[in-house]
Amino acid sequence: MAGLVTLNAVPVGSSALVTKISAAGMTRRRLLDLGLVPGTRVEVVRRSLLGDPVAYNIRGALVALRKEQSSQVVVSNGE
Amino acid sequence: MSAVSGTYHPPVLRNQPILALAGNPNTGKSTLFNALTGLRQHTGNWPGKTVLQARGSLVHDGRKYIVVDLPGTYSPLANSAEEEVARDFICFAKPDVTVVVVDATCLERNLSLVLQVMEITEKVVVCVNLIDEARRRGIRIDIRRLSQKLGLPVVATAARTGEGLGQLLDEAVGVIRGTLKPKPNRTIYHKKIEEAVSSLEPEVRACLNGELDSRWVALRLLEGDASIVEFLKRLSSEAMHPLESTVIGYQRCVDSLMKQANKLSGHGQNEVRDSIVQTIYEAAERIARGVISREVEQKTDWDRKIDNILTSPVWGFPIMFGLLAGVFWITLTGANYPSAVLADGLFRVEARLTDLFTALNAPEWLHGFLVLGVYRCAAWVVAVMLPPMAIFFPLFTLLEDAGYLPRVAFNLDGFFKRAGAHGKQALTMSMGFGCNAAGVLSCRIIESPRERLIATLTNVFVPCNGRFPALIALATIFAGGAVTISLSGIVATLTVSGLVVFGIAVTLFASWLLSRTLLQGIPSSFVLELPPYRRPQVGQVIVRSLLDRTIFVLGRAVIIAAPAGGLIWVLANTAVGDVTILSVLAGQLDPLGRNMGLDGFILLAFILGLPANEIVLPVLIMSYLSGSALTEPGSIASLRQLLVEQQGWTWLTALCTMLFMLCHWPCGTALYTIRREQNSWRWTLLAALIPAAVGVLVCLSVNYAVRGLGLV
Repeated sequence: MAGLVTLNAVPVGSSALVTKISAAGMTRRRLLDLGLVPGTRVEVVRRSLLGDPVAYNIRGALVALRKEQSSQVVVSNGE
Repeated sequence: MSAVSGTYHPPVLRNQPILALAGNPNTGKSTLFNALTGLRQHTGNWPGKTVLQARGSLVHDGRKYIVVDLPGTYSPLANSAEEEVARDFICFAKPDVTVVVVDATCLERNLSLVLQVMEITEKVVVCVNLIDEARRRGIRIDIRRLSQKLGLPVVATAARTGEGLGQLLDEAVGVIRGTLKPKPNRTIYHKKIEEAVSSLEPEVRACLNGELDSRWVALRLLEGDASIVEFLKRLSSEAMHPLESTVIGYQRCVDSLMKQANKLSGHGQNEVRDSIVQTIYEAAERIARGVISREVEQKTDWDRKIDNILTSPVWGFPIMFGLLAGVFWITLTGANYPSAVLADGLFRVEARLTDLFTALNAPEWLHGFLVLGVYRCAAWVVAVMLPPMAIFFPLFTLLEDAGYLPRVAFNLDGFFKRAGAHGKQALTMSMGFGCNAAGVLSCRIIESPRERLIATLTNVFVPCNGRFPALIALATIFAGGAVTISLSGIVATLTVSGLVVFGIAVTLFASWLLSRTLLQGIPSSFVLELPPYRRPQVGQVIVRSLLDRTIFVLGRAVIIAAPAGGLIWVLANTAVGDVTILSVLAGQLDPLGRNMGLDGFILLAFILGLPANEIVLPVLIMSYLSGSALTEPGSIASLRQLLVEQQGWTWLTALCTMLFMLCHWPCGTALYTIRREQNSWRWTLLAALIPAAVGVLVCLSVNYAVRGLGLV
């Protein structure tokens, strides 16, 4: 079942498709510039030692986001 | 002359053509820059993540070209300080050719920057770098096809081996000379956006007077890019329109353009932006798919395996500490012998100089000032500083080169977040290990002013290269005295590593305190890229770190140490009544010093060392020696003799000196940089007072605690 969640809720080891970015302003631009445009597949690679930030595989690059940012990326969960 | 803006000041003289290097971070751009310019570069900044561009020159077919290395960026819009520098350079300084460096192993991601840069200028050459790495991973790229799809010259290179560099230069020079004219296939956007662009563009063109690409400006206006409006207004007020009437006309023009753009995109500027970015990424994906072929299915992902260990919840911190300790251990065991040899040689020279002065019948004061003051202080700086620096810098650069620092930032970010600080502060802190002034400068990468200030004010809590050698020397002397010889290296190593960890803890605590008192607010957004690991280029690292760091830092230290040595000789040899000025000053400071576990001479050395921390220990030695019978100090061993036997230092004195070395005011250069960056005397003063207060408090408590417990 595919449901809409935010990226921070996706467990390590699974992946999701970006549906939209709910952030505004500069954060929005940052996230878009990373290639987080709708339709992009994002893989959750690892959590850091203290649980946050989390590293994601976005278009072949490994990028770490804090929860404040990843919670503004809406994704459709499930394969 | 072209119009200037923001942080970048373009060259005034344009008699030589300019080749600019742009690209995403971690594409090997700096390696390419080094390979192209060799040693013909004058970089005032440090290699690594600074927001300044490095500049050098190269000679090709008998003509000289200026090469500018722009900061690594993901997009040519002004979302961050790095991007602003890169964009302003491409737009205003108008390089004769812009080489966009892309990573062959991650082409799709990198192509989006190429697609955006070629909207600003046609004079673009694409350099597909790290082609050797791609080959190793079984990735094949059809260069000719890529060139056709982009409409740009494309060259595959491996900057570290020099592969393809000749061809790259040929193409770049071709573009500069106009014999090669790129015809970029520009990205076509959604129909509605294209319609709006075509209705806006003619007026934009009339306004711009050929200064910038009108299509690019029209697109930026439509997506409501606030910085582009700034940009246009700035253009109007500068060199391009010298007549007042034109300026007014121009501003009116910009205003009307904005109104039109707003009407066209309505309230949907966000949608316009989203659609543009999405189209660019789709185009990048399509192009990449058409030119990349994978020979074999992906082999073992080594990066992930290494990350599993280096950022593991169990091993992450122990490995971080272990690597730090390893670097220190190699430095201090390796530096011992050369230090002794150097000291021996330099003081033999001093004896010869004395002979010379005697033979010439020079007056006593001249010999004292020049030889016992100026020369001796400079010699001490070289003997104490050079060997540890020559070992420490290359080792640290190797870790940096391999891609370990971003992992450190990743591991530590949780702490920084809890301290209310920006995630990039872990990186600016790492820069501080090189030089606090460079660390302060690198704080520009933090966009939020509040968090930038926190990072700036706390940068001094990590010891810079000027302070490491002194810490290492003191640790070696005292840890060595405390235990048997075989263990002394290990104890000294653990002491220095412990101090660094303490410094990081103080950084976090001070950041936490600041973000709850003077600088309240919430952490702003943070993105950290973890680039693939790369095998460091050992040879180049050694050469570069010796040239850029060791020689630079040492040179600065000697320049400051020489007059300081002269000053100390004067202070030590000018008497008021029957005591020297030096003793009077040290006597004044002695009560405070004693309470802090130090003495008056040590505090005085820290004060005289304000211009550069490198000279604190040499100045201290000089002032001790001025009232002592020991006139020929040499190695670590004689330093131990001086401090322990003649001045009565205990391990507590050494510990407090090291702690104060870690926490006191930043050096003159760092303070000057803070003043310039923050443009405020108040914050500059606080940047000196906060660490000084921390240092005094720490030393007082340690001294009283240790004495109270009867440990000394």
